[in-house]
Amino acid sequence: MADSTQHSATVQDFARIDEVTALKERTIAQKVFASQPFWVTIALILICLIMNWVEPTFLTSGNLYNITRNFAFIGIMALGMTAVILTGGIDLSVGSVMGLVGVVCGLLLQAESHWAVAVLAGLATGALAGAVNGVLIAYLRLPPFVVTLGMLSVARSLAVVLSQNKMIYEFGPYADQFNWIGGGQILGISNPVWMLVLLTALFGLVFNFSAWGRYLYAIGGNENAARLTGVPVDRIKLQAYVAAGLTAAIAAVMIVGWQGSAINALGTGYELRVIASTVIGGANLMGGEGGAYGAFVGAALIEVIRNALLMAGVDSNWQGTFVGAFIVLAVLLERIRGKKSD
Amino acid sequence: MALLELRDISKHFGAIEALRGVDLDLERGEVVGLMGDNGAGKSTLVKCIAGNFRPSTGEIRLDGEVQHFHKPADARERGIEVVYQDLALCNNLTAAENVFLGREPKKSYGPFKFLDYAQMYTRSGEIFAELKSETRPRDLVKRMSGGQRQAVAIARTRLKDAKVVLMDEPTAAISVRQVKEVLDLILRLRDKGMAVVLISHRMPDVFTVCDRVVVMRRGTKVADKAIADSSPEEVTGLITGAIRAA
Repeated sequence: MADSTQHSATVQDFARIDEVTALKERTIAQKVFASQPFWVTIALILICLIMNWVEPTFLTSGNLYNITRNFAFIGIMALGMTAVILTGGIDLSVGSVMGLVGVVCGLLLQAESHWAVAVLAGLATGALAGAVNGVLIAYLRLPPFVVTLGMLSVARSLAVVLSQNKMIYEFGPYADQFNWIGGGQILGISNPVWMLVLLTALFGLVFNFSAWGRYLYAIGGNENAARLTGVPVDRIKLQAYVAAGLTAAIAAVMIVGWQGSAINALGTGYELRVIASTVIGGANLMGGEGGAYGAFVGAALIEVIRNALLMAGVDSNWQGTFVGAFIVLAVLLERIRGKKSD
Repeated sequence: MALLELRDISKHFGAIEALRGVDLDLERGEVVGLMGDNGAGKSTLVKCIAGNFRPSTGEIRLDGEVQHFHKPADARERGIEVVYQDLALCNNLTAAENVFLGREPKKSYGPFKFLDYAQMYTRSGEIFAELKSETRPRDLVKRMSGGQRQAVAIARTRLKDAKVVLMDEPTAAISVRQVKEVLDLILRLRDKGMAVVLISHRMPDVFTVCDRVVVMRRGTKVADKAIADSSPEEVTGLITGAIRAA
């Protein structure tokens, strides 16, 4: 090996540019095989096939419609969460922010506001909650865990106070339009699923082909290096938390429309399902690794397993146990993979 | 007229005098070794030149013009690049992405701007070829050797034609074979007409590539002479204080 490199060095002083740039350490196929989302996709397909063999109603269009819609809400939130986790942060407040946004939308509709007003106010609420998180974390340098844990409590409490602890279901004159956003369907696929697919494509594009996306990875990889090379680290971090708040708000608007009512307990415990989705999809909680498709397929896997367990007659109260075990397992897997690649 | 002129640079941190009246001239195409014990003021001096610190007193002139750097970006804008000791690389990104970090080329599609990967790969490939490094633009930095990582960090200084490159302990944490690679890189920068400041503790490195050696002790410059007129023994004496000045 050493001989051959020496030999080529004497024959040709250095490689031609196109040779250098065309050389890839790993081919695309190798990259795919080494990626976690790929194996999660395989697992997902296998589980679906096995379930369909055991329970032939599993792959019916009705059940698929339900499953896809169920994971769409989590998947949408997982995309924003991925942005945060890429920077090496975490957002524990997304479930509570979802609850708060739901109540805000419900109250406005109840007060006979236009559906667009309700939607915009909901999105603004989510973005604002994310901005508060982001400012405290990026500019005041507080730990993300503490800040978003605080927001988890604050947003939930605000939701309870604003709703006066009542369910809101009288959505006024624009109820039908609002409810269609989250409850409707286009071409046999529910709207939340369309939204998830759209946002996955959008986030995938942004993560991979925009400077902003690359900066998320750079900050997660080596924040100090990013700062020294002139990346606006604080601004990017703030924006990542705003993205997480916004995706939580989008999911909230849709889930309220689908359910046709807003309760202040909406989204309780969702933060863990969302984080689990991103981690299962290959995001590294230390930052710098993860992707949009991973968030999508991670959310899908959790929901399919949950659905499979329900169909198998397992008590739905076991769900939390599975989600928790999943997070730990995924991180453990990551650790093992990390050791191997070092 | 020298490329970079430092005149009577002092820097205090409260009551602590990190630098006292340092004068230094850098010529084009010159490699200057900056040596001294820990706390002698090497890093402070470099940080003043690079815009991390503002000197308490004194003047920095680049091409005869007085400079006031408020932040590292100002210094970089004027052609002063730093290769940091810890290299400031992101392990999870490719060589090309690291080279262009913070100043990525973009292509516009209507209102949207996307990264121009083709240009990033081609340009960084050209730079690596020019530096005669075997580093490949698409490789992840975490899979690279110490020498290749140095090449990535040094390649950043070649994006724009830098005038002065400040290198902080580039050979501190790499294997002997890779040291040679890095020293070769330094010579190539010099051949491009850049002034290179090499901060190092390693006497052999300084005596291999430098034209001049500057020794700092307790915030002052105690020696500034041509390598040919000095010796490792003398420099060691100057660093420890056994020889007061030369």
